[in-house]
Amino acid sequence: MYGYSGKILHIDLKTRKNWGETKPEEWYKVYIGGVSMASRLLWENIIPGCDPLDDGNPICFANGIFTGTPVPVGGKFGLASKSPLTGFVGDSLSGSWFSVALKRAGWDGVVLHNSCDSWTQLFIDDDRVQFNDATYLLGKGTFETEEAIRNKLGDDQIRSCTIGACGENLVRYANVTNDGRQAGRTGHGMIWGKKKLKAVSVRGTHGVKVFDPKTLNQLAYDISKSAQGKDTEKYRVYGTSTGLLNTNKLGVLPTRNFQEGVFEDAELVSGEYLDRHHKVKVIACAQCPIACEQMSLVKTGPFAGAMTGIEYESLFANSSNLGVSDIRAAIKLITIADHDGMDSVTMGVTIGWAMECFEKGVLKKEDFASEEHPEGLELHFGNGEAAVAVAEMIRDQVGIGKLLAQGTRIASETLDKERGTESYKWAVHTKGLESAGYDARSLKTFALGLATGTRGGCHNRSAAYDPDMKGETNRLTVDETRGRVASESEEYAAVYDTLPLCKFIRRSFTGKADRSGAWPAIAKLINATTGWNYDYDDVDLIGTRACTIKKAFNIREGWTEKDDDLPWRWKHDPFSKGPGAGTVVTDEELAYMKKLYYEAKGWTEEGLIPKELLIKLGMPDVAEEVGV
Amino acid sequence: MWLKKSEFNEEIMATSASKYAYIVCDPNLCVGCQLCEYVCSFSKTGEYNSYRSRIRTVRVDEVLITAIACRTCENAPCVIVCPRDALTQDPQTGLIDVNAAKCDGCAWCIEACDFGAISINPHTTLAEICDHCKDDPEGPQCVKWCPKEALSLTTPDQRAQRSRRTLIAESFDMPQKATDPK
Repeated sequence: MYGYSGKILHIDLKTRKNWGETKPEEWYKVYIGGVSMASRLLWENIIPGCDPLDDGNPICFANGIFTGTPVPVGGKFGLASKSPLTGFVGDSLSGSWFSVALKRAGWDGVVLHNSCDSWTQLFIDDDRVQFNDATYLLGKGTFETEEAIRNKLGDDQIRSCTIGACGENLVRYANVTNDGRQAGRTGHGMIWGKKKLKAVSVRGTHGVKVFDPKTLNQLAYDISKSAQGKDTEKYRVYGTSTGLLNTNKLGVLPTRNFQEGVFEDAELVSGEYLDRHHKVKVIACAQCPIACEQMSLVKTGPFAGAMTGIEYESLFANSSNLGVSDIRAAIKLITIADHDGMDSVTMGVTIGWAMECFEKGVLKKEDFASEEHPEGLELHFGNGEAAVAVAEMIRDQVGIGKLLAQGTRIASETLDKERGTESYKWAVHTKGLESAGYDARSLKTFALGLATGTRGGCHNRSAAYDPDMKGETNRLTVDETRGRVASESEEYAAVYDTLPLCKFIRRSFTGKADRSGAWPAIAKLINATTGWNYDYDDVDLIGTRACTIKKAFNIREGWTEKDDDLPWRWKHDPFSKGPGAGTVVTDEELAYMKKLYYEAKGWTEEGLIPKELLIKLGMPDVAEEVGV
Repeated sequence: MWLKKSEFNEEIMATSASKYAYIVCDPNLCVGCQLCEYVCSFSKTGEYNSYRSRIRTVRVDEVLITAIACRTCENAPCVIVCPRDALTQDPQTGLIDVNAAKCDGCAWCIEACDFGAISINPHTTLAEICDHCKDDPEGPQCVKWCPKEALSLTTPDQRAQRSRRTLIAESFDMPQKATDPK
């Protein structure tokens, strides 16, 4: 087999035994890599129905098909466990060198079972597995931990996935971080913390071989050069943050906890402002010729010295969404999240929820008291310094930080139960995952994508904001096309997340990002790497299969059609201003669109998957368990 | 600019005197993608493997990233130190040649090199050093592939010329071109 080793490494964290599992080529042809293979490994290795924090919930890594080859932006891996935020599939992607090291160590995937008895740094050294004491790493930040491990083990090429203080302290939305990139959103860090797993390090010293290196090199070279052109300019020059002024113009920039879609100080927290005043350097993930990560530094004020890479999603959550117009506070907040390992989107949205609680009198100043702030905090919208203090309380699980460390769903349910309040009305999450930076009230196809998404409120898995924002659909209304559009855009994204390739390369193959522009080029890359004979249809099926295995997993974990829902606010509480003023997604509209979506997928009215469809997709064992 | 090019060069150049061309990386342009390592190891071994690359990217902290290969020092310490006279320097190009019959992988050259630019191949136990892809008509593959044009095969003199031009271009406004009177 080319492109793969054919081997999955299993490690039992409790007994410290490890064993290799050989997978046939046919298995790889169905699940490929990334989120799809990681979700499949989760399907195979979890004890169904277990609590996400129990030993029965494994940690599943899956490498990429192009990892370790010069194919641009192919250095990524998938990570899956059952999410403690959603109770459903928690599938994440992270870029960079960890994946490459794992590939060179000779593993297509790794499954970690059970829990460690004491804090552990796991070291996969080619085909040897070592359990090291991690006491010396506790409390260290994510990048610091990686460096400390490299120093201790004495090799610069050792790559590690780590958790920071947030994972150790069991923040429900803690991340796993490697090389400054995050496997984020779904709370992997909490699972690792519960398992007392501080870091997984890999050294891979073997070379990677492909089927037809001459062809692959030429294809990779051409894409790499074309990725310096205008199709990637916005990522290279300003990074993803350049989207902020556009979402503001369209009136979908979440502002003050999703109350409005227009932020009066958007200019001050834009990617362009960031570029002028804070940018230090642009850096890249492994084997990426684009380089989009805008390392940004605070030079003045109380947060001077804070520095991290700023992305649009992190930026909206910690600026406009908090009513904060001092971008320095936003950079500080994101630095805390990145350095200590928690999800910057969920953190920002949760603090936004707390701010609204404060403004509405549900939470009082004294509720925010701590040793450091005995008087409490005035957590008004716009108070960046108070937001920073609250972020630190979340990280350290101090005072109200304990409640806010649970995310908006559990926090609002707990608070409402205790105080008889209705804070769930402004808890903006889908299936327990806080929403990303496109307010879906006036992006109705995207609303459908979020409601039906297996991961919860995630803009990476549902790409349906794209047709809405480009005007390919009427974003303020619903019609009979939406089920198809939402399904197709989800499966389009799933192809990239499964290979995985970063989506930012999508226009660089042929200048056209759609299926007709990208799929034939991707098929060529797959064939040169593996020696398979993939065509357009095979590439298209990659996305369908990825969405299907994730959905099947959720069904087995107890998903019902009622779980495909939207935040209360998006259904009942319209914007007062901007292009989307007055619109909500009504329950009737949502029900209608869901029906269309299930139809487009070939599922039943209840959203379940027919047996024949699963068999046709090459998943007979899945059909046996959840097919109808 | 977060790091002045002149500062970087002064610090490094103080220990290296070379009139020869060598592969140099501009840390302001390098994004740390490591494609140079992929293509270098592939050109030399047929596999993609950073451990076999003769150019190495270095990430000292989150933003300080660059790449280093053999700097073709004059009176090269690696040549002087080799106990078996396996290393010789081409007087025309400055390239270090490793005589496979003499080299036994003792690694003295690695210790002598201030730039960490030499490695031992674990399979052949021979020292491996950048040779500017001298047998490839396309020239150095890392330079060809670098997506950010951070790498170049240049002499110190050429870089000094470039620095002077950059300095002048950044220091003075371009004179306005005469506008059409119409």
